[in-house]
Amino acid sequence: MTEPIVNDLTIQAATVNGSGSQTANLVLTRAIFHMGIPVAPKNVFPSNIEGLPTWYQLRITPEGHMARSDKVDILIAFNVATWREDLKSVRPGGVVIHEEAFSTADVRTDVTYYPVPFSKLAKSKIQNDTLRKQLANMIYVGVVAGLLGIPWGAVEHGVKRQFLAKPKAVPVNLDAIKLGYDYWQDNFSKQDPYRLEPMTGAVEGKVLVEGNQAAALGALMGGVTVVAWYPITPSSSLCEYLIAYSDRFRLDEKTSEKNISVVQAEDELAAVGMAIGAGWAGARAMTSTSGPGISLMAEFSGLAYYAEVPVVIFDIQRIGPSTGLPTRTSQADIGFVYTLSHGDTKHLVLLPGTVEECYEFARDAFDHADRFQTPVFILSDLDLGMNLWMTPEFKYPDKKFDRGKVLSKQDLEKLAGEWGRYRDVDGDGVTYRTLPGTDHPAAGYFTRGSGHDEQARYTEGADAYARNMDRLAHKLETARHALPAPVVEESGSPIGLIAFGSTHSAVIEAREMLAAAGKKVDYLRVRALPLADEVARFVARHERVYVIEQNRDGQLYDLVRLALPAELVERVRSIRHYNGQPIPAIAITGPLMDREAVPA
Amino acid sequence: MSATVNRVGLPRDAYKGAATTLCAGCGHNSITNHMIKALYELGVEPHLLAKMSGIGCSSKTPAYFVETAHGFNGVHGRMPALTTGAHLANRQLIMLGVSGDGDTASIGLGQFMHMIRRNVDCTYIIEDNGTYGLTKGQFSATADLGSVQKKGAVNTFQPIDPCAVALALGCSFVARSFSGDGKQVVPLIKAAIAHRGTAILDIISPCVTFNDHDGSTKSYSWVKDHEESIADVSFIPFFEEVHVDYEPGTMRDVRLHDGSHIMLKKLGEDHDPTDRRAAIKVIEEGRAEGHLVTGLLYVDAEMSDFATTEHIPQRPLRELGEDELRLTPDQFSQFMSEFA
Repeated sequence: MTEPIVNDLTIQAATVNGSGSQTANLVLTRAIFHMGIPVAPKNVFPSNIEGLPTWYQLRITPEGHMARSDKVDILIAFNVATWREDLKSVRPGGVVIHEEAFSTADVRTDVTYYPVPFSKLAKSKIQNDTLRKQLANMIYVGVVAGLLGIPWGAVEHGVKRQFLAKPKAVPVNLDAIKLGYDYWQDNFSKQDPYRLEPMTGAVEGKVLVEGNQAAALGALMGGVTVVAWYPITPSSSLCEYLIAYSDRFRLDEKTSEKNISVVQAEDELAAVGMAIGAGWAGARAMTSTSGPGISLMAEFSGLAYYAEVPVVIFDIQRIGPSTGLPTRTSQADIGFVYTLSHGDTKHLVLLPGTVEECYEFARDAFDHADRFQTPVFILSDLDLGMNLWMTPEFKYPDKKFDRGKVLSKQDLEKLAGEWGRYRDVDGDGVTYRTLPGTDHPAAGYFTRGSGHDEQARYTEGADAYARNMDRLAHKLETARHALPAPVVEESGSPIGLIAFGSTHSAVIEAREMLAAAGKKVDYLRVRALPLADEVARFVARHERVYVIEQNRDGQLYDLVRLALPAELVERVRSIRHYNGQPIPAIAITGPLMDREAVPA
Repeated sequence: MSATVNRVGLPRDAYKGAATTLCAGCGHNSITNHMIKALYELGVEPHLLAKMSGIGCSSKTPAYFVETAHGFNGVHGRMPALTTGAHLANRQLIMLGVSGDGDTASIGLGQFMHMIRRNVDCTYIIEDNGTYGLTKGQFSATADLGSVQKKGAVNTFQPIDPCAVALALGCSFVARSFSGDGKQVVPLIKAAIAHRGTAILDIISPCVTFNDHDGSTKSYSWVKDHEESIADVSFIPFFEEVHVDYEPGTMRDVRLHDGSHIMLKKLGEDHDPTDRRAAIKVIEEGRAEGHLVTGLLYVDAEMSDFATTEHIPQRPLRELGEDELRLTPDQFSQFMSEFA
């Protein structure tokens, strides 16, 4: 046997959608996390309720890498339909745990096989028909626990944690796992180098959170009171978590009144329309969508931009165009969302790169929306939104809400009613608004998506239109400086990387790989649009800058070049990954090394 | 005569708006005047009124009444969404939506129906002229089969009747009227505002420029000749006492949730406005006989409205601050620890 490989391996479970495999995978994840070992799960699932193949990748590294791995060390082959293909993904020397009944004729010989009679075990030992299907997956948890040396106590913790709300399910699941655990002990001797050992110092103070959970909590802490949404993958869970958290934290048990309204709208047009109506009337309001939904929201987004109504819009990106691949990840909405609507429109777009930022940006988006009286978009994606990520615990906010420039009855009295809804008195492009219900005769004004002057009166006047558009541009310029600044990590390399969103995790790893190969590279992570001035300065400080993103056309690459003076444009290069699978580090290092090998 | 004021101390002029930019003689202008009269007589406080609209001639009219109230002229066919959101943000507001037949029966049909499904507390007025005025006279979806366009084209499609749709959906208040019939429109507007829930008021409102010719079923002369009112409507607001002398069996009294009364004086056949199937029958019979049936078709004063169903507090959500909306530090750290 070769040198042991400890705490550095990738498990891939190939199962059937709707069979309960996700629960088994989460138990495994939590058990390993409980050993103090960093975990990075990625769920690759079909647009399907039951029957299609699904994969769950559990990456385990002592460093806590969270990007997808391109190599599989341990395959759990549970789906006969994909078993031959799945086998190809295993690295030479890897391990394959498979259903004993699968045909093994002519299989590759450079991996170790552990055939397990999962069906027979389930049939003979689990009497209840309905439970059998669900619990069959649990058996492989036991086999993996035996194979890798996961202590039984950690397994127990994983099951209890997973069934926190259903403690009655704990014993049956543990029994099923024990079947696999015992089968391993009784039938196999270890033929492979992989093992797990408890660690200290790597996961203390850390939790496992999905980006959509983080965003839902952020929205609650940001004071959202009106949420309107339409179900769509991968955005739905954000609003479903919001509903669950609201039932817990916003419900007055005595009166059964709720300090929030979450409306499942008839479509995305209505969803964003309701949020805008609520924002206009002064509530902190949001919607969340993805794919086709964001396309449908274009017209209303233009209204909110032009009529200057605060609203927060989450886009949990998936693959497009059209229906695309509804359950695969992407960063291909950034260009579209930035200017969503017909006409000259530009939006504030927040780009969280971690689940912690999903929480913080969601929370702070409501301040930005109120402060700048405009839609604020938060661009997450399926990878960030729906997978569990290891993260430091989130911080309690240290600031109060910023409700922006709102004139109260008393303010209007002091002004003797002299104000203009779209009059820029502070010179920052941000004007004062009043809310419906303000008891002053000068409070009311007519909000419209048609041409208007400083007093919100209808006009088709050429000068008034241009003046207003210039002010809106000025307002966006003010806002740009208030948005999260880029994060720069620099040590004087001639090469710089620029990325945003969930690509971050792959960039971290790619930089480590490049540094280990003697090629240190600097890094700027964009966290908002419009781009900060720092982006151009970063490019100016580097000879070659690679913009890395998960879309076909290099959308951020285009935005970066547009923001540069002509002499810097040539320095920027593009690395793109767009197959729907979360970007692995090798998709950065490979193309970068190839390009670096070619003389400029 | 010195200026007369209403119960909130405002003169009628306080309910006026900017000068209309619609054509002289447009039915919508009459409706605007009826609105001013109704709001003045009800004593609606302008700062509590939210005037909502979509796109089209009809949707411009909220600018022409109660200038001091807030208004929102949104996007085409989406007034219901904006109204729903604004209402959730602040239940104290009186939501008054003005839409047209294109805005409601074509591009906005989905939102119209879903607002009814939720029974959002608002008044939804359809200024219905059967034509697209701003884009120069195309048929709308409420145009009757066989009705003739100004240039002679004949409508070959069945009309969508907003009242029939509303009734089929179980709308809690459905009425139809005619812009030229102020005696009926004004009490219906008042009743619609007093009603708790979605009140649909379809008002036939002739377009003098594109749809007021022979062969149109939305012209002044056609409506005058074919209007058949099912009952004389009067409205007694909650702040007035009911003093009506009537022969037994000639009057129906519908008490609304806020204590107002709609008094209906029988004209021809007796129509029970709390019987939804009867209302559908009345519409269908009118359609078969070529009459325009007007009046209060249906009301259910007890149906739970959306915000009540959703347990939204009376205090406006928009007034809530950090203390009410954020988890406490203890709740927060407990919650975070559950993710370990």
